[in-house]
Formats: sequence, structure tokens, C-alpha cells
Amino acid sequence: MKADHPQAVNEAPIDFSAATMTEMKRVIGLFPEGKQKSAILSVLHLVQDELGWVSVGAMNRVAQILDIEPIEVYEVATFYTMFHLDPVGKNVLEVCRTGPCQLVGSDDLITYIEQKLDIKVGETTKDGMFTLKTVECLGACGYGPMLMCKYHFYERLTKEKVNEMLDAMREASKS
Amino acid sequence: MARKLLIEHADVQGIASYDVYRKHGGYASVEKALKTMSPDEVVEEVKKSGLRGRGGAGFPTGMKWSFLAKPEGVERHLVCNADESEPGTFKDRYLMEKLPHLLIEGMITSSYALGARRSYIYIRGEFMYVLRILEKAIAEAYANGMLGKNILGSGYDLDLVVTPGGGAYICGEETALLESLEGKRGNPRMKPPFPAVKGLWGNPTVVNNVESIAAVVPIVNEGGDAYAKIGIERSTGTKLISASGNLVRPGVYEIELGLSVEEFIYGDDYCRGIANGKKLKACIPGGSSVPILPHYLVTKTAAGTDRLMTYESLADGGFASGSMLGSGGFIVFDEDQCIVRNTWNFARFYAHESCGQCSPCREGTGWMEKVLYRLEHGTGTLEDISLLEEINKKIEGNTICPLGDAAAWPVAAAIRHFRDEFEWHVKSPQEAQSRNYGLIQAPLEA
Repeated sequence: MKADHPQAVNEAPIDFSAATMTEMKRVIGLFPEGKQKSAILSVLHLVQDELGWVSVGAMNRVAQILDIEPIEVYEVATFYTMFHLDPVGKNVLEVCRTGPCQLVGSDDLITYIEQKLDIKVGETTKDGMFTLKTVECLGACGYGPMLMCKYHFYERLTKEKVNEMLDAMREASKS
Repeated sequence: MARKLLIEHADVQGIASYDVYRKHGGYASVEKALKTMSPDEVVEEVKKSGLRGRGGAGFPTGMKWSFLAKPEGVERHLVCNADESEPGTFKDRYLMEKLPHLLIEGMITSSYALGARRSYIYIRGEFMYVLRILEKAIAEAYANGMLGKNILGSGYDLDLVVTPGGGAYICGEETALLESLEGKRGNPRMKPPFPAVKGLWGNPTVVNNVESIAAVVPIVNEGGDAYAKIGIERSTGTKLISASGNLVRPGVYEIELGLSVEEFIYGDDYCRGIANGKKLKACIPGGSSVPILPHYLVTKTAAGTDRLMTYESLADGGFASGSMLGSGGFIVFDEDQCIVRNTWNFARFYAHESCGQCSPCREGTGWMEKVLYRLEHGTGTLEDISLLEEINKKIEGNTICPLGDAAAWPVAAAIRHFRDEFEWHVKSPQEAQSRNYGLIQAPLEA
């Protein structure tokens, strides 16, 4: 159920791991008393780090943790494009498609990954290993074409580098 | 080789650690300011330096600081804009990744000047690994008495926090950034009141770009006058340039303002020319929001003088034949690039990034993207070109924040200089799908 669904608010809050809760307390504590809402983006990143995406149940729990209304969490989570509001694969490949990367071959890179994984942009492989997304400028313009996965920047990509990268990700996600 | 005031030590082994940074003269500006200068004296040096905001707008930093309201008993804040997301710009990431303590030092010295005791670095969420580097450096600064209570025995207290965004270009606009820092959607605020009066949580706030804050370090160390001696006219000091596109050696360069564009593109110390032996077709010198220049207006102005890397020279000729230094996001196109495709690409960027608050921008960017898609994909008409110009005029100046202008100007400039290429896409759609237009000729009078 999406955050804009009328019954979203009824989705039961889910619990996070103890480690995530500890880290949430730390980032909330960075802001003055009463300004805990300022930590919302940090908290949503932590949610996504644990779950892979941001579900309505997770958002409802975030609302309790920050002591704000659920709608305040939905409106933020739906505004910022880093948050995945649907389940995704184990590795989300976010390829930069903006001008400077396009000048050095991002169109070809996207096509190559589509063929290699046999999916289109926005889709997830059947084994749940990869989701392919395109994103706007990631601030790596001098090192394109590039993509981001799990906050790591893979830069100056070639077909060979993509092959190696995908193999390494498959290997790492097995365990 | 030109003087480097910011990134000279970027490649020193271990410079991201406190000890090595300190050994190379780090935190001298904090010692000097807190021990020997009053806050107003620091502001005065920054004014004298002529430093202009390095995020893109180029507003004098000292003047911005002097606007900060200082009502009794109200907390003030310095917020560092590390949301670097203007396409073509990647200098702040380089600076923060290589020299995290330079930014922290600048934050301390600047916060002292402004009387801020709680300062924030707002960094784009995609730079999470850089945030971790900054967190580590901040912890080191606390451990060494550069942050926290009674810094260097001066009686001055400062807390510094780094916090991430979530993927939104608009949060580079300072009031959108403040909304985001308060945990809300990044919708820009109406001005006035300006952040200097009502900023973060309603408190007086200064928002400065990473590079501007870092530049305060050499300004305080060497004095505002010494800094102002570098550069030409009202373009003082050094500037980080992010060079991207079809260059032999793209990357981040620190230049003395006043360097010729010719030297920057072709010089051995800089980009070393166009990649793969190709010819220059066009250049966007200051990030995707500034007007594109055709090859014959890149290294020379319309008047035939050498084009320089300064605020004034890049703007020479106004929008008719000039552009802007902007954020220093220097994007270079070789002869094989399609201007229509690239213009459509950037229009798609702005349509994607419009926050949706103002109708002219929300609707206009979407329409421009659709029309440019048609032109690029061979189904456009000649009327579409004039339609683009019309949409442009309806966006420009009619929005709360500058994103509307930033979306409109590049399209206007592309049509102004490359109209033939746009018309060719309409008249020869099949040919336009199979090959690129190539170079354009300079008009005879140019």
C-alpha cells in the first residue's frame, strides 16, 4: 500500500532492529530539543538501509519515533527521490542520465545494462538481484558515465567494468 | 603553475586526518581569529577579500554576512550548502572528500565571525560516503578542542552537525535547503523575509556554499587584501572549476580567476583539449543553468577579445553572446554532440526536479520537456520552436525561486545559437536520427 492510499494510515507500524534504533537515537540527538523532525531524512535513510525500501508500515513507525503525524513522514518520503516506495532488488543500480554523463555515453551504458540483465529501466530481475533505475545528476560529471549502488559510486564505466561490477555484486549478495 | 589556496594539499597522504592536516598548517585561521580578532574583524577581512559566493549566484559573501540580523537573545546559525547538484558541478564533493578539515576549519572561523553557536552542513544524500568522512573529521575536531565548549580557551562554543538530504536538486536553493533541514519537503520560501532575518527554525541564518566557506580560511590567514590581489576586477581569488564532457582530462581544477578560457581548455596544466582529437562544438561554462556558448564564442567574446574565466568576462555580451561563471561547472561538447538531444536532456532534468509549487515552473518545465522530446525524436514542427520560446517567457521571472529561470535560460540560449540545428531536426527528421548535425558556422558579423 502506498503512502497516498486513503487507508495507508491503518497499516501497522513495523519494528526496526536494535542497531537501527540505536543509530536513529544518535541522529535525532544531533538536533536541539523539540527539533527532532530535522532528523527525518537521516532516519528514512536508516530505514531504507535496513529494509531496502520504505514501506508505509515503516513510515508509520518513523512517525511514532519522531513524535509527528504520519502524513508528515509520507509527504517527505514521497518528495525525495532517493527513497524507494516499492520493494526493490538486492542491488539497486542508479545510473546517472543527465547531460554531462550523456556526453560521455550514459545512453549506451543504460542500454548495455538493460540487455545484460534482460530488464528495462524501472524493473527488477526475476531473481531479485538487481533493480535498474535512472537518476538525475549525481555530482560525478567528470568521471562519467557512472552509477551509484548502496552509496558507492562506480565511475568511468566501460562494458568490461560493468561486467566485473555485476559479478562482484552477485557474489556479495549470495552470502 | 597558478597559486592554489584551497586544494594545494589535496593529494598529501593522510590529509583527511586531523594530525596531518594540522601539520600542514591546518586550523591556523581558527587560532588567528579566535585569539587575535573580533568577529567583526573577521567579517571585515571577508568583505575586503571581494569573495563572491561560489555556489553559483556570485553574491559577495562579506555583504551577505553583514545582513545577518543580531537580535538580543536569539540564536543564529551558519548552514553550509553541500547539496551540490547543479549538473556539471562536482568540486565540493572533491574538496570535502579530500580535505574534510578545510571545510570544518572554515565552518569554525565563519561561525565565530557570525556569532553562530550551532552550525550545520547539509550534504546531498547521495554523498553518504562523504558524510561519513566529514563525521569522522568532526569527531577529531571535537577531540582536539576545535569544536565544543570554550574553543582554544577563547570562551567561544560551537557545535557542528553534518546531515544528509534525500535526493532533490531544489534543496540547493537556500530556502528549500532550510525547509529540508527542518525535516520538510524542499519547497522554496517566499522572500522576504530573507534567511538572514528568518532562517533555520525562524532564527537569523547564513547559508553559504562549501567552497565559499573553505575560502574564508586563506582569507583570514593571509588577509582580505592579499586575497583580493589575486584575480581581475571584481573576480578575486581562486575558483574551483569542475570540468566535464568531451575533454582529454576532465576533473576538478583550482584556477586563479582571470585565466583565459583558451588556456583552461587546451593548456597542459588543465584540460589538455578536446578528447579523441575532435573539435570543440559548444561549452556551458557555469553549470547546466547558464546559457550555452557556440564554439566561436567560447574562447573569444563577440567583440573579439580573449574570453577569461571571470564573472565579468564570461558574462560579456549579456545573454546575446555571453554566459555566466555560475558554479564553475564547465561542460564541453565535441563536434559529434547533438544540441537538441542535450537541450531535451536538461529540460527533462528540470521537469523532474521542479518542486511543483509554482504553476509556471511545474507546468512549463513539463511542456518544454515534451516539446523538446518531439523535436529530438523527429516528430516536431517549426511552430514547436517558437512554442518553446513562448513557454520560456512565461516561466522566466514568474516563480518563487530561480529554478524556473534556470530551466528557461538554457533552452532559450540553445535556440538562439543553434536554431539551424533545431530546424534541421524538423526538416530532415530521418537524417537527424541517423547522424549528428556537426559544427555550426559563426555568423559573418561575429
